[in-house]
Amino acid sequence: MLRKITTVGMYGLAVLWLFPLLWAVWTSFRPRELATSWSFSTDFTLDNFAKVWDAAPFDQYYINTFLIVTGILVAQMITATLAAYAFAKLQFWGKDVLFVLFLVQLMVPADILIFPNYNVLRDLSLLDTKIGIMLPYFASAFGVFLLRQTFKTIPHELEEAARMEGCSWFQILWRVYVPLAKPTYIAFGLVSVSYHWNNFMWPLIITNSVENRPLTVGLAIFAQSFETGAQWAEVSAATVMVIFPLLLAFLLFQRQFINSFIHSGVK
Amino acid sequence: MGELRAKWKVNMYAWLLLLPSLIFLLLFTFYPVIQTFILSFHQADLGSPEPFFNGIDNYKQMVEDEVFWKVLTNNIWFAIGTVPTSVALALAMAMFANKALRGKSFIRTAYFYPTVVPMIAVANIWLFIYTPEYGALSHVMEWFGKGDMNWLGDQNNVMWAMIFMVIWKEAGYFMIFYLAGLQNISQELYESASMEGASSWTVFRRITFPLLMPTTMFVSIIAFTNSFKLVDHLVIMTKGGPDNASNLLLYYIYETAFSFWDQGMASALTIVMVVLLLLVAAFQFFGMDKKIHYN
Repeated sequence: MLRKITTVGMYGLAVLWLFPLLWAVWTSFRPRELATSWSFSTDFTLDNFAKVWDAAPFDQYYINTFLIVTGILVAQMITATLAAYAFAKLQFWGKDVLFVLFLVQLMVPADILIFPNYNVLRDLSLLDTKIGIMLPYFASAFGVFLLRQTFKTIPHELEEAARMEGCSWFQILWRVYVPLAKPTYIAFGLVSVSYHWNNFMWPLIITNSVENRPLTVGLAIFAQSFETGAQWAEVSAATVMVIFPLLLAFLLFQRQFINSFIHSGVK
Repeated sequence: MGELRAKWKVNMYAWLLLLPSLIFLLLFTFYPVIQTFILSFHQADLGSPEPFFNGIDNYKQMVEDEVFWKVLTNNIWFAIGTVPTSVALALAMAMFANKALRGKSFIRTAYFYPTVVPMIAVANIWLFIYTPEYGALSHVMEWFGKGDMNWLGDQNNVMWAMIFMVIWKEAGYFMIFYLAGLQNISQELYESASMEGASSWTVFRRITFPLLMPTTMFVSIIAFTNSFKLVDHLVIMTKGGPDNASNLLLYYIYETAFSFWDQGMASALTIVMVVLLLLVAAFQFFGMDKKIHYN
């Protein structure tokens, strides 16, 4: 009996969780004057999307977001791989201290240091640039710890065997460790991409031109240019447009997404 | 001699490997915190063209500032409201999504998708949900014959509205970590428990929950940090209002720094935030560590 109630409750929760998305999608296809009404009708239109596309440079925002996300990901992969190998496999002077320094970044992430980091970027003359948006995220303690955990599970014998074959240190990393940690890379990549695709506050503060503004900031500016509820349909359309690429990617790679997390041994 | 050389070589390798990460860590975590610490003892606002040292004036002013206390209290309530609930819900979701017989992937998707939706888009959608008269919630309340409520415009309701939304946004993300944790529990434990005829509640209390303790600690730390980090929605939904009822520490820093341009005060506030997060992290790290059964 209790089990049945839980089951129904948990399916109910799933429906409740889906509701906001379905409602936004529904509204975005509704004619403007019907957007706020709950009466059912079969009137659907693409007008809202056309209007939104004309009203703001969303194409530029898409490109900006894409470049920012890719730049961060590539840099993070490189810095995290190197650091994770050192932490996982080498004994060296200052290891514990450095480990704690990395831990601190998990507790005090760059997102909280918006004001201090603004000053750093100003001193570097990088305000209102794409590289400025990316730079504070080039090192990821989360990525380092995730990869370190995976590298630790890779038996040392493999490395020794590779060394016998005459592999250089870099070849060992590239041929042994990186391929074996592929699920972790995928997991971390997906987290990083969705995180930075969605990041808002930091780019809001340091950008003020269309050339550098990501989708999130563009969406906020677009949504705030409306004062009344009359433009719900358009704001919904813009919102759906911004959500769509990432959501689609998630739906397509859902299995990999969730499995890669599970197998990467995130604990 | 050769051994010493080899040792030296490993040290050099290790530091070189760590260098790229370290540079960015120093430049965007440690250096700014130190600079901010120094600036927090200075008067640096629009009225002072050159920042000058004013001791602990900023901190004094902060302690006397009613808005600061309100914002801090709000943030603590926000953490209390979101962290335990979303973590508990995540655990329930993971256990169900792990066992559900029908529509396993549908269930996971439904729980998880809010994570990949930008907070700023979430804010737009939920703004419509909470709008009086036309919003989805108003329509639902109408069905139940309840009066309309102004969720975001009312000081007593706005925090609840925010807490609910953030739980919706985050629970599915934490579920993933629990799903991973569940996979790591050996099936044999469950088999021997069922041989002894343990009830499912006992199994949960004696096996599942204790073995998931490291996950719970990890997730709680993320959830807590997030409760200080998540402010994007305030820009769209309330701007911290009405009368600062939904304002949070980071948004207050943002206002102080970029709207009022009071850099000394923004620095002092940032230091408070950093100290707070480190304290809680240390407490969680050392306090909970002893109670955890590592497998």
